[in-house]
Amino acid sequence: MSHLVGLLAFLLLAPPPPPQRGGQLHLAVQAEPRSADPHVAADEPSELLAYLTHGVLVRINRLTQLPEPELAQSWKTSPDGKSIAFIIRPAARFSDGAPVTSADVCYSLARILEPKLDSPNGDSLRGAAGAVRCAPEKARVTIAFDKPLASAERWFDGIAILPASGKEKTGAGPFHIKEWQPGAFITLQRNPHYWQRDAAGAALPYLDAVRLDVQRNRDLELMRFEKGELHLVNNLDPDSYNRLRAKGASSAISLGASLDSEQMWFNQSPAAPIPDSKKGWFRTTSFRQAVSLAIRREDLARVVYHGHATPAAGPISPANRLWVNTSLKAPTANPQQALALLRREGFTFSAGVLKDPHGRPVEFSIITNAGNKSRERMAAMIQQDLAAIGIQLRVAPLDFPSLIERITKTFDYDSCLLGLVGSDLDPNGAMNVWLSSAANHQWNPNQKSPATPWEAEIDKLMQTQALAMDPAIRKRAFDRVQAIVAEQAPFIYLIHRNSMVGVSPRLRGVQPALLRPQLLWNVPRLYLQN
Amino acid sequence: MKVAAAVLLLLLSLAALSASWIAPDGGQMQFRDHINEPPSSQFPLGTDPLGRDRFARLLSGARISLLLAPAAALLAVLLGAVIGIAAGLRSGWLAHLLSAACDLTLALPWFFLLLTLRALIPIDVAPPVSLLVTFALLGLLGWAGPARVVQAGVHLTLRAPHILALRARGAAPLRVLTRHLLPELAPLLAGQFLALAPVFLLAEANLGLLGLGVSEPMASWGNLLKELESVAVAGPAALLHSWWLLAPLAGLLLSTGSLFILAPREVTP
Repeated sequence: MSHLVGLLAFLLLAPPPPPQRGGQLHLAVQAEPRSADPHVAADEPSELLAYLTHGVLVRINRLTQLPEPELAQSWKTSPDGKSIAFIIRPAARFSDGAPVTSADVCYSLARILEPKLDSPNGDSLRGAAGAVRCAPEKARVTIAFDKPLASAERWFDGIAILPASGKEKTGAGPFHIKEWQPGAFITLQRNPHYWQRDAAGAALPYLDAVRLDVQRNRDLELMRFEKGELHLVNNLDPDSYNRLRAKGASSAISLGASLDSEQMWFNQSPAAPIPDSKKGWFRTTSFRQAVSLAIRREDLARVVYHGHATPAAGPISPANRLWVNTSLKAPTANPQQALALLRREGFTFSAGVLKDPHGRPVEFSIITNAGNKSRERMAAMIQQDLAAIGIQLRVAPLDFPSLIERITKTFDYDSCLLGLVGSDLDPNGAMNVWLSSAANHQWNPNQKSPATPWEAEIDKLMQTQALAMDPAIRKRAFDRVQAIVAEQAPFIYLIHRNSMVGVSPRLRGVQPALLRPQLLWNVPRLYLQN
Repeated sequence: MKVAAAVLLLLLSLAALSASWIAPDGGQMQFRDHINEPPSSQFPLGTDPLGRDRFARLLSGARISLLLAPAAALLAVLLGAVIGIAAGLRSGWLAHLLSAACDLTLALPWFFLLLTLRALIPIDVAPPVSLLVTFALLGLLGWAGPARVVQAGVHLTLRAPHILALRARGAAPLRVLTRHLLPELAPLLAGQFLALAPVFLLAEANLGLLGLGVSEPMASWGNLLKELESVAVAGPAALLHSWWLLAPLAGLLLSTGSLFILAPREVTP
C-alpha cells in the first residue's frame, strides 16, 4: 500500500517530462503563398508564412487577446494617443545574426506606408493615423501620429520588422525559409538566433523545421492527417470533422463559433471589365438587399455545415462578444419581399425569369475557390435560392491564385463567394476592409474618395472609433458601421462557421485559439513527442 | 458478345433518353430535408450532400455523356476523314503539310492541351455552352488519329487493282472518291468512331474529376464521379457502405466496354 501511495505521489509531484527538441512539423496549406514579403501578405498562406518567419514589435496573445512584448521588450503610449515609444529587446536578432535595431523599425514602417507597395496594414494605418513619423535613437524608437490612435500598440502585431539593409529572406521570426519548391512545398528551418527562451532558459523554438505542403485537395490533406503524415489540420470542414469524430478520434476539436465569416459580394469597381447593365444592378442597394433576402442562410448552416455554423447578421461573429452589434439579426429568407424590392426598382418577374427595367434577363456568375467543398455547395444552394426569384446564377469555381488575381487586379468577375478571416477582435484590425481607400475594400477597392454617402459615413465612423480613447464611443461608432453594412449589403454575410481543427496526438504544447494562426500562434513552444 | 454489348448500349441510351421524363429538372432540385440519404423508394440511389436525387442525376449525366461523347467522336472522325483523304489523294507539299500537322498533333500531350483550352473558356458562360464547348474541343483535338489511319487506308485503296483499272480508264476523280473510295473506307471510319467514343467518354470523366468538365448544376458521369473522391479517401469500408456511389462508374465501364466490344478488331479496306 505504501508503495502504491509512493508511486502516486511520485507521479503527481514529479515534474512533467521536458519538451523534446528537434523534429519537423508537417502541415498543409491550401494554396501557394502569393508572396514571401510579409508587408504585402493578404492571403492566408502568405500571412501564415509571415507569422512563422518574421518578428513584430508586439504580438497579440491569441488566447488572452492581450498585447505582449515581442521584439520590443516594453512600450509606452502618450496620454493623448499621438505617439508610442518602444524599447527594442537587446536579444532580438534576425535569422542572419544581425541585431534588430530602431533603424530597422523605422525602415519597416516607412516601407509599409509607401503607397506604391499597396500594403494592407500600411493602408489601414495611414487611413487611421494620418502621417506617421518615426524617430530612431539607439534601442528606443518613437513613432508619432498626426491623429490619436486608440490601442496603438495593437497595430504593431501586423507590421513585420525587416532589416534596413534590405536583405531578402531575412526575418526575426522563429523560423526562416530554407527551401521553396513552387507548387509543392516550403521548408522552414529553425532560426538559431531567435530571441525567445522557455522557462528553463532553453532556446526556442523546440522544432527544427516546419514543412508546409501545398495541398489543394482537402480530402487528401485529411487522409494524410489520418495516416500521421501531417501533424495538424486547420479549418476542418464539417464532413471531415464529423468523419474524425465518428472514428472516435480525440484529435478533432471544435472551438465553437469562429470569428470568420462567409460572404458574397458584387463587383462594384468602376474599373471592372463587365457590362454596364451588370454594374447598374450591382450598385443598386435594393438589388443587393433582394439577393440577400432570397438566400436561405439557415439552410446553408444546416445542409452545408451540418449545424456547425450560425447564420450571419453582419461582419462580426457572435464569438466576438465585445464588438458584435447584438441588435442585428440574420435576415430570414423571404423571396416575396425580395421580389417586391426588385419591382420597386423597375425589375419584372414573369415565367420564372427576372428582367431588369431594360428587359434584360438578370444573369450573373459567382466565383469561389475550387476545391473548397463547403463554398461550392453554398454556391449551388444560392443558385437554387436565386432561381426562385428568377435570377440565373452561374457558379464558376476557380483555383485560388486566379481568383485572387481577379478580385484584386483584373476585377474581371461579377460576384464572389469567399470567407473573411477574423485576424483581430478589435475593429482597427479591419480598417483595411472598411475604409473606402483600402485595398481590401473588396466590392470597390482603392477609392480616391468615397463612391457613396454611406461609404463616406463608414470612413468617418471608422476614423472616429480608431481615434477615440473612450471605449463606449468606439463601440457606438462600430455598431453603426455594422448597421450600415447590414442595410446596404455591400457584403452579403451568409454564415459564421464553427472553428474545427485536428491535432496529432504527437504534437504537444498546442493551445487552440479562435484567432489565426489557431494552432500555430505559439509555434516556438510546440514540440513533437516520439 | 457483340449482340449483348449492342443491347446493353441500347438500354443505356434508352435510359438516357428517358431522363427528360423521369427527371424533368435534370436532377438539379435540392431536397434540403433529405441530404445524404441512402437508397429508398423515393430516391432509388439516395441523395447527394445537397439533397439531389442521385438516380435522376445519373440519368441526366448519361444523356450528356452518351450523346455528346459520340457526337464529339463523329466530329473527330469527320475531320480526320477529310484531312486523311486529302493527304492520301494528294502528293507534294499539301500531303507533306497535312502529314506533318498530323504528326505534330499526335505528338502533343492533348489532354494538357485540352485542359489549357478548357480553362480559357470565360467563366460566365452558361453551363450548356461550356458543355458544348468541352465536347467540341474533344472533337477538334481528336482528328489526328483517324486522319493518319484514313490516309493509310486511302493509299492502300488507291493501289487496289479495281481502282487502278478505273483510273486507267480515265474515271473522274470525284466519281472514284464518292463511288468507290468512300464506301471502301466506311468500315474503317466506323471502327475509328467506335474506338474514339469511349476515349471521349473517359476524357469527359477525367475533366469532370478535375472540375473542368460539365459545370454544376448540370450532371455528367464525370462530375458525378467526383463524389467518389471523398468516399475513397475515407477507405474501402466506406465505399462498401455507400455502394450506390459506384453507379456512375458502373455506367461508364459498361458503356465504354460495350463500345470497345463493338469496335472491329481489325479493319482493312
